Amino acid sequence: MVTAQGPPGHSDLEAISFVVNEQGCQIATSGVRRLSRVLREDLGLTGTKVGCDAGDCGACTVLLNGEPVCACLVPAGQVSGCEVTTVEGLAARTPLLGRLQQSFLAHGAAQCGACTPGMLVAATALLEKNSSPNEAEVMEAIGGVLCRCTGYGKIVSAIIEANVTRSEPVSPEAGAAVGARLIRLDGQRKVDGTEIFGADETPAETLAVRVIRCPHHRARFQFGDLDGFVADHPGVESVLTAKDVPGIDCYGVIPKFADQPVFAHREARFRGEAVAAVVGEPDALEALDAAAFPVRWEELPPIMTIDEGLAEDAPRIHRHRDQNVLVRGRVVRGDVDRAVAESEIVVEGDYETGFVEHAYIEPEAGFARRVGDTIEIQACTQSPYMDRADIAKILGVPPERVRIVPTAVGGGFGSKLDLSIQPFVALAAWKSNQPVRMVYSRTESIVSTTKRHPARMKLRAAANRAGKLTALDFSADFNTGAYSSWGPTVAGRVPVHASGPYYVPHYRALTRAVHTNIVPAGAFRGFGVPQAAIAQEQVYDDLADEVGMDRLEFRILNSLENETPTVTGQLLGEGVGIRACFEALRPKWLAARKTAAEFNSKAAGPLRQGVGVAGMWYGCGNTSLPNPSTVRIGLKRDGRIALHQGAVDIGQGSNTVVTQICADAVGAQITHFDLVSADTAITPDCGKTSASRQTFITGKAAHMAGVKLRESILKLGGACKCGMIEFGSRGVRVVENGKSRELQLKDLPLDQHGYVITCEATFDPPITPLDEDGQGTPYAVYGFGAHMAEIEVDVELGTVRVLKVTAAHDVGRAINPTLIEGQIEGGVAQGLGMALMEEFFPGKGENLHDYLIPSAGDVPPVESILIEDPSSIGPFGAKGIGEQAVIPTAPAILNAIHDAVGVRIHRIPATPDRVRAAILAKANGAAHG
Amino acid sequence: MCCTNIRGSYRNSGSDSDRSFGALALYLKPKTLQEAVSLLAAPGGQILAGGTDFYPALGERLPRGNVIDISVLSEIRGISYDDQYIRIGGLTTWSEVIRTPLPCCLDALKAAAREIGSVQIQNRGTVAGNLCNASPAADGVPPLLALDAELELSSTDGLRRMQLGEFITGNRKTMRRPGEILAAILIPRKIEDAVSSFLKLGARKYLVISISMVAAVVQQNHAALVSEARVAVGSCSAMARRLSELEKDLIGKPLQQGIGATVRPEHLASLSPIDDVRATADYRRDASLTLVRRALEACAGRA
Repeated sequence: MVTAQGPPGHSDLEAISFVVNEQGCQIATSGVRRLSRVLREDLGLTGTKVGCDAGDCGACTVLLNGEPVCACLVPAGQVSGCEVTTVEGLAARTPLLGRLQQSFLAHGAAQCGACTPGMLVAATALLEKNSSPNEAEVMEAIGGVLCRCTGYGKIVSAIIEANVTRSEPVSPEAGAAVGARLIRLDGQRKVDGTEIFGADETPAETLAVRVIRCPHHRARFQFGDLDGFVADHPGVESVLTAKDVPGIDCYGVIPKFADQPVFAHREARFRGEAVAAVVGEPDALEALDAAAFPVRWEELPPIMTIDEGLAEDAPRIHRHRDQNVLVRGRVVRGDVDRAVAESEIVVEGDYETGFVEHAYIEPEAGFARRVGDTIEIQACTQSPYMDRADIAKILGVPPERVRIVPTAVGGGFGSKLDLSIQPFVALAAWKSNQPVRMVYSRTESIVSTTKRHPARMKLRAAANRAGKLTALDFSADFNTGAYSSWGPTVAGRVPVHASGPYYVPHYRALTRAVHTNIVPAGAFRGFGVPQAAIAQEQVYDDLADEVGMDRLEFRILNSLENETPTVTGQLLGEGVGIRACFEALRPKWLAARKTAAEFNSKAAGPLRQGVGVAGMWYGCGNTSLPNPSTVRIGLKRDGRIALHQGAVDIGQGSNTVVTQICADAVGAQITHFDLVSADTAITPDCGKTSASRQTFITGKAAHMAGVKLRESILKLGGACKCGMIEFGSRGVRVVENGKSRELQLKDLPLDQHGYVITCEATFDPPITPLDEDGQGTPYAVYGFGAHMAEIEVDVELGTVRVLKVTAAHDVGRAINPTLIEGQIEGGVAQGLGMALMEEFFPGKGENLHDYLIPSAGDVPPVESILIEDPSSIGPFGAKGIGEQAVIPTAPAILNAIHDAVGVRIHRIPATPDRVRAAILAKANGAAHG
Repeated sequence: MCCTNIRGSYRNSGSDSDRSFGALALYLKPKTLQEAVSLLAAPGGQILAGGTDFYPALGERLPRGNVIDISVLSEIRGISYDDQYIRIGGLTTWSEVIRTPLPCCLDALKAAAREIGSVQIQNRGTVAGNLCNASPAADGVPPLLALDAELELSSTDGLRRMQLGEFITGNRKTMRRPGEILAAILIPRKIEDAVSSFLKLGARKYLVISISMVAAVVQQNHAALVSEARVAVGSCSAMARRLSELEKDLIGKPLQQGIGATVRPEHLASLSPIDDVRATADYRRDASLTLVRRALEACAGRA
């Protein structure tokens, strides 16, 4: 019997009965509807995440009769009579799974949390068959779930140790929060499936919007009969085009360079650029065949490469940008040409890197609604206040009439600093006066959001016979794509950092960001510095070899010191922990070099081992630009403390770290805090989550506000600054000279914020503008680090396996060591991906099976060594770690490849074909003389 | 939680006009093979089984036309034996292939099964689906090609037999007629005690599409010399290819360490690899040579 039939041409509904999380349910839906949709949209079980809709990421893993499957690939019609378990149902299954969730928290295995439900479900399938799995078994079990944040190590440990009985986590004593391995404060909702990400809420009566995007790299276009299209498509309410933008149709993260329209005007500048948006009923839009949209494309020859962009006769992508150069960067110190000419040893190198996709597990999503004369946007974002400014400009309203409510962010890494869905939902909601929701598909996310800049770099480095660096001459061109995005920041930051963390007396670094007809390149963990480090650290390795010095000792000899000037002439005076990082690696370096040499001397087969090292420095915060954070805290009548901190936690842990800092500044236990997270209506501006600035800058503002509150409470209690405050469950007591006094908070008036006492503090790091030679104080604080990679190359296949990465980082003060390790391990995984497998080819592979990010089996054990050389500026001496962690991995791996097989890979990533080609070229070169 | 929800998300917003969205899918779930093939006899029907290729191929579009869900046809699921053949029902999932004890000539197929996507994909994806999707990088094809697998196609016209080597005709092209269901994969038992191996090369460990892959099945005689050898290479042509010259040259060679040295670059001349996002054509040819040698060495190690 066929179970359901309807007249041809009509959708059919199936009555489907199944058990979900041990409860029976019946739904009526199409049998071909994806189970992921049924769970999320029909049953409200939004704990199951959708990352790709193609089985490529595993985020939607659920148990179907106890076996893990991707819910996005299961037709609803096939779950009839089956049992489905989602993340929401795990804890109820057996006590073991509740322990698994606690183990995830204790290990810090959940960062952004977007892969966590899939990971937990995949692990459950394993643990139900095997309660004490080994590492290999865990790897196999979670191999089908991608994680972009953690580097997998903590997830694997959490699963292996799921059965370990652990005591209830104890909150640190008052004053002891900083330095504690505190479980992330937003952790519980990430492991039980209740965290709300961009796609997890749908307001009632919401409309949907679908964007019509240019299918060509460059095309002129003309619309057909749009009114007719709307009339012909029931459920479609309107079509929006550039004409419908009421304000200024030109946005960008750096106002001075803003150049991007919401919808292209007559000519689209990249494949994936929006030209129109269709607004209507969600079901109607889902069923809409985008090919039916009336638009005629006239393909134009695109500019795809840096050279094509710079060509004399190249058309200008933006009329006012000569030669398609968006911006130039420059840092010059000493006399490079003379120093190179006079140096005994000179090494040159050319390196090139490709586009890298952020590939966070959560595609962009959110909704907008009009509330009176205000527009509210709830979406995943790294930069609520910048979103507010641009949306206000686009709508032509003052910023106060735009409210941005960030959701949890399922990974950002820089790309969610830029607008994505926001202008579309805002415009549609503004016009329709109904809520409008949008969720990017994986393909839409890849084609339309920013990438890491491809770089083409040329270097000359010089040293004297004693091994002291004398000069570096560096130039780089970046393919910045069709719009400015963060191109100016990359072009500006790289010249400051291209020296690496070394004393280089004569220096010249020149950069250009060049427009092409490609999706904009923007911010990606490190703003171009990872690309520069790939080139610079390989050239320094060659320099060490030419000098005849050990490669690590060469770096130690040249390490920047507290009293040596940086390439911008800055004397840091303190907290220059790079030498300590390298020295921490020394014993491991010697041992690893010995092991590799022994392996290679005995190797009969195709495997060769190698060890590589690379250093890093990275300025925390904006380059020579103000970037303040303001934190507000309030004492409530019940003695609890409200912490308004607007730093968006994108998985890195700012919700937790900023609270730890504030708690110790106030002298109260973490448990006395109520967190009020980023929302432009209720939290002051803490700037964007980027540039490794939140621990340092927002943390410092939280520290200052905390100290103020402490002083205000003491004053209220009539005590001096040396008094003590006891925050108890029944109130607040002030203690001085053995006398204790209870504050009568209930009787005190409330201020405009609704608190007994409100304290606010703003911190903006002390920096100066750079002069025309790039001299000045671009950053108040730098983070330093060094990685060592141990690898194995299969010389016949060109494949590279990373065996171990040892990462030493000077973090100033480790506010939360678990979270810092998480940043380091995740950074290593992204660095590894950039070194070995990740490259986006515009127009090709706009999905997660052609674009590869490391899977659980690719990331080696990572040993973190935390160096604490404090900066007196940062809170408790802390520096940033987010971007620092990614920078040295790729060059360390590339140096290890050279160590193993004697070839330099000049075009990154070092995919098997490129490594093999280099090995063959070297062999042929040797054979021919 | 109340789980009763009557919401037809695929319904056209209460409109009885179809001109706007075209005909959306009609979901049909036959209970028997006979019912399935008669439904499929009507034009425009698509088969849905494990869904692992069906949904990714849709992308953001909704399915249209008749979708015939064959997942409950128990008669074409599971692995059985008769005198001449090992019969793998078309609906058999890769996880079932992995779990079922099988003769050693199928070690290569099991190894391939473990490399297909992820556990989640192996739990759902079917052997027949992998063949009918006919991706040049289909992991299941080289081992089955090396096993001289035959296929049984079922339609209202009855059964049709065909060699796998003839079935796949190009990149995502097969000889399957629109009304046919690939009901079974038949593996001749005459070399079921042959040793076999499978090697897959990709740029990452899990969830990876092959750059190249090789399956080898080698039978030895009493003197430990190769009496029959089959070697197939995938991802290096529009469809996986057998290396017939090599297979001939291997006959009579001792099945022991060093057998890989028999393989010369000319043996791979029938491959026509392309440059794509995963690797260059030159690399594919070069790496395949290494993989073929290693696959044969692995067979020698198991002999």
